[in-house]
Amino acid sequence: MNSKSISAPYLLWMIVFILAPLLLVAYFAVTTPEGTLTMEYVSQVGEYTPVLTRSVWLAFVSTVICFLIAYPLAFIISRKSGAGQRSMIMLIMLPMWMNFLLRTYAWMTILEKNGLINRFLAHFGIGPLNMINTSGAVVLGMVYNYLPFMILPLYSIMVKIPDSLIEAAQDLGCNTRQVVTRVLFPLSVPGISSGVIMVFVPSVSTFIISRMLGGGGNLLIGDLIDLQFLGNAYNPHLGSAIALVLMVLILLCMSVTNQFGDEEKGGIL
Amino acid sequence: MKKFAALVIAAVAVLSLSVPAYAEVEVADESYYTRFQGQGKTLNVHNWGEYIADGSDDSLDVVKEFEELTGIQVNYTTFSTNEEVYARLRNGGANYDLLIPSDYMIARMIRENMLEKLDFSNIPNFRNINQSFLNPVFDPTGEYSVPYTWGTVGVIYNKEMVDEEDLGSWDLLWNEKYMGQILMFANPRDDFGIALKRLGYPMNPENTEQLAQATDELKKQKLLVQAYVMDEVFDKMIGGEAAIAPYYAGDAITMMVDNPNLDFFVPNEGTNRFVDAMVIPKGAKNKECAEMFINFLLEAEVGASNIEYIGYSSPNDAALAILPPEITENPVAYPPEDVIAKTEFWKDLSPELNLAVDDAWTELLSSDDQYSRWLVPVFLIVALGASITINVVRARRKRRERGMFGTNYPARRL
Amino acid sequence: MKWLSKSYVGAVLAFLYAPILVLIVFSFNQSKSRGAWTGFTFGWYQKLFTNQLIISALINTLIIAVVSSIVATILGTMAAIGISNMKRWMRGVVMNITYMPVINPEIVTGVSLMLLFVFIKNFGMKFDFGFLTLILAHITFNVPYVILNVLPKLRQMDSSLYEAAQDLGCSPLQAFLKVVIPEIMPGIVSGFLMAFTYSLDDFIISYFVSGATSQTLPIVIFSMTRRKVSPEINALSAIIFLVVLTVLLIVNLNDARMERENQAKVRARV
Repeated sequence: MNSKSISAPYLLWMIVFILAPLLLVAYFAVTTPEGTLTMEYVSQVGEYTPVLTRSVWLAFVSTVICFLIAYPLAFIISRKSGAGQRSMIMLIMLPMWMNFLLRTYAWMTILEKNGLINRFLAHFGIGPLNMINTSGAVVLGMVYNYLPFMILPLYSIMVKIPDSLIEAAQDLGCNTRQVVTRVLFPLSVPGISSGVIMVFVPSVSTFIISRMLGGGGNLLIGDLIDLQFLGNAYNPHLGSAIALVLMVLILLCMSVTNQFGDEEKGGIL
Repeated sequence: MKKFAALVIAAVAVLSLSVPAYAEVEVADESYYTRFQGQGKTLNVHNWGEYIADGSDDSLDVVKEFEELTGIQVNYTTFSTNEEVYARLRNGGANYDLLIPSDYMIARMIRENMLEKLDFSNIPNFRNINQSFLNPVFDPTGEYSVPYTWGTVGVIYNKEMVDEEDLGSWDLLWNEKYMGQILMFANPRDDFGIALKRLGYPMNPENTEQLAQATDELKKQKLLVQAYVMDEVFDKMIGGEAAIAPYYAGDAITMMVDNPNLDFFVPNEGTNRFVDAMVIPKGAKNKECAEMFINFLLEAEVGASNIEYIGYSSPNDAALAILPPEITENPVAYPPEDVIAKTEFWKDLSPELNLAVDDAWTELLSSDDQYSRWLVPVFLIVALGASITINVVRARRKRRERGMFGTNYPARRL
Repeated sequence: MKWLSKSYVGAVLAFLYAPILVLIVFSFNQSKSRGAWTGFTFGWYQKLFTNQLIISALINTLIIAVVSSIVATILGTMAAIGISNMKRWMRGVVMNITYMPVINPEIVTGVSLMLLFVFIKNFGMKFDFGFLTLILAHITFNVPYVILNVLPKLRQMDSSLYEAAQDLGCSPLQAFLKVVIPEIMPGIVSGFLMAFTYSLDDFIISYFVSGATSQTLPIVIFSMTRRKVSPEINALSAIIFLVVLTVLLIVNLNDARMERENQAKVRARV
């Protein structure tokens, strides 16, 4: 493999389709439609602080819930036999092959006032509970859609932790809690950090889930961007400014989580 | 590969299964339609979702009929708000040949020089259009648009969930008794129009002061609103998810068929009367084909079956003549004179007011007092601080280790 | 403890499959509206094959996925080979940019590509939003996945293999085709599959770059969720689910069999 030039087509592609578009976003964010430099749009993003806050908060909650659900599950799977692990991973990946809009839509059927859960509860004289069009429903949608993204990296790191290590810790007098906090947890940190990123990033920027399960009355950052580019407000400059802020927000979160992550990897920022 | 196999099977099955039968449409002048036959022309049509008879439920498949008749291939795509169409046109991305937006958007497009003047000699069926729709407010010279449907906005309600004494006025939408059971439009013009009308102003705001008052009203109302929806209203009202929703009369008819508990009234303060019309955007590549499609939609039989399918009111006299009386005499679709007299058309707002409406709309949807406005900045600062601290700590540790071993720390691999 | 962990796994799986079950059950529902069960029918499966809107969107989606994942695989494999030979700092820069579409929210990638296409168009290039822009966008977000799958395989490969092949009389091209490519093939295949999957399922990026001539299946589904998802879509997803399930089962059983055979061999040797 004598030459680097074999990657030349990709480098060109990368510059035109990855770098240039992002630069265009930055350019749009700091210029007016007439082309003069302005900080107006970037500062205007400040007006949407409630939206930013809500998005970050909901994404944060979903990430934590995903972690709490996924961590024990990943451990259980990683202790199964080879065939058992394979079929479990298959079962977890399978729903991801279905269109996510449809799966989210199906949640509407389940959560609605006359939905399946409420109809079931009605048999016991409970309800109807108000579940759809709430922040809770949005969090549920996020957890549901992105849970596999948390399970898979956790599993792939835990499967590398040998049983003997856990037994050794127990032999040396650790109780269950200590095994978890002193052995399991430190060893699974790289998996946690990539899982957190893979759940947080799509959650914070989603614009469908909030619309379908949240009732459309409370915007998230993603909705706001959509509104500026293909919606009522039509203002690509403001939209770019919001996208830019979102990008900075995420890069910052990444740089923090990456500190805990796989040092050996490099390359990622 | 996994999904692929499924899709291939589906595709093969399609090709082998579908041998549809065509019901030929009666057209006034067949030679007019066949002149592009065999030239491989295509036509990009962009319309509201579910806004044309598509062959389901024994209706006419209008697009397919047109393709059969003329040999023009139609790329038919759908949108869900006027503003989406505007945005896609403005950013110059999409090449549409024919659009069917609403009145106020057409006015805005005319003002911003985004539409092509129509050649009415190519649309002989324009004579089918009722006199009262010529030169409308949104297109005063009548050069740019041909009306497709019209209707009024009213309130759809569930008879089992709403008390009769509360009916009659827009106040119903602000009635605290129905907290969490009210749906509102997910578009600014309709919502602000309703709020303005309720305040006694014209539906088209005259100044930002009126708009600000309307915004306050809508913010107060937000606590009562279950969701802001467009066509999701069908499922929610038919399924009894919500009790009250303002929506378009034509859709109300469709909903009332599916759920007999639903009823409809036009508030006594007056309401909006809208027209959706066919226009050709600037730069359309196949203007003549688009005009042919417009003409086709104006054919009596095509117009009638569209109206039967959509449920909206028709401006097409020829179509009305062949529709059954239970449709043409339905007071929801064709309200009596006194109701019509109290309706207003949308007008094009000045650019400043347009901007103010958009801003107020975003403000309405982002207003929320639950969260502290400091959370994001604090979050950013904490993240930044954590990132820096960790880096400093790590750098120090590295330096210490280097000192200990007297060599360079092993280089990082990729 | 055993039953506890079993019921926990069961609960999570129930959560993951509940909506899918709902989708499939309602594909047999006679009524067009969700919510009310009015009777059993196969009608939607029949209607699915005559629904032109769904079928043409399906075909669009397939063509875009096939074309974009093939191009992305070729481009990405070439890129990975080049990148693995780069100097460290250069590699760092290229990899950081390559990661952008992976870590950036899809909506940012979507709007940035939309801005780019509009920008190019304003410079007088004649093209329509539609097939072309969709394919370009899909290639762009697919390439990084191919690179990320191929690079580790290149790193694992013994670089002397390539030299050995040349010593034994292969031309550089032959050595490349006969030694390097087979060695990194698993990475290429998994990269391709990943690209293909992402491409089939992508909604957000496609939404921003689609245009007048073509819509993909997810976009059509999106426009339906705003009103009423017709049960034909449920029927389609039930079919897809069944096929995916079958394929995964076959692959899984195959793997298990191979594993057993390997173990048997090992035992026989002992």
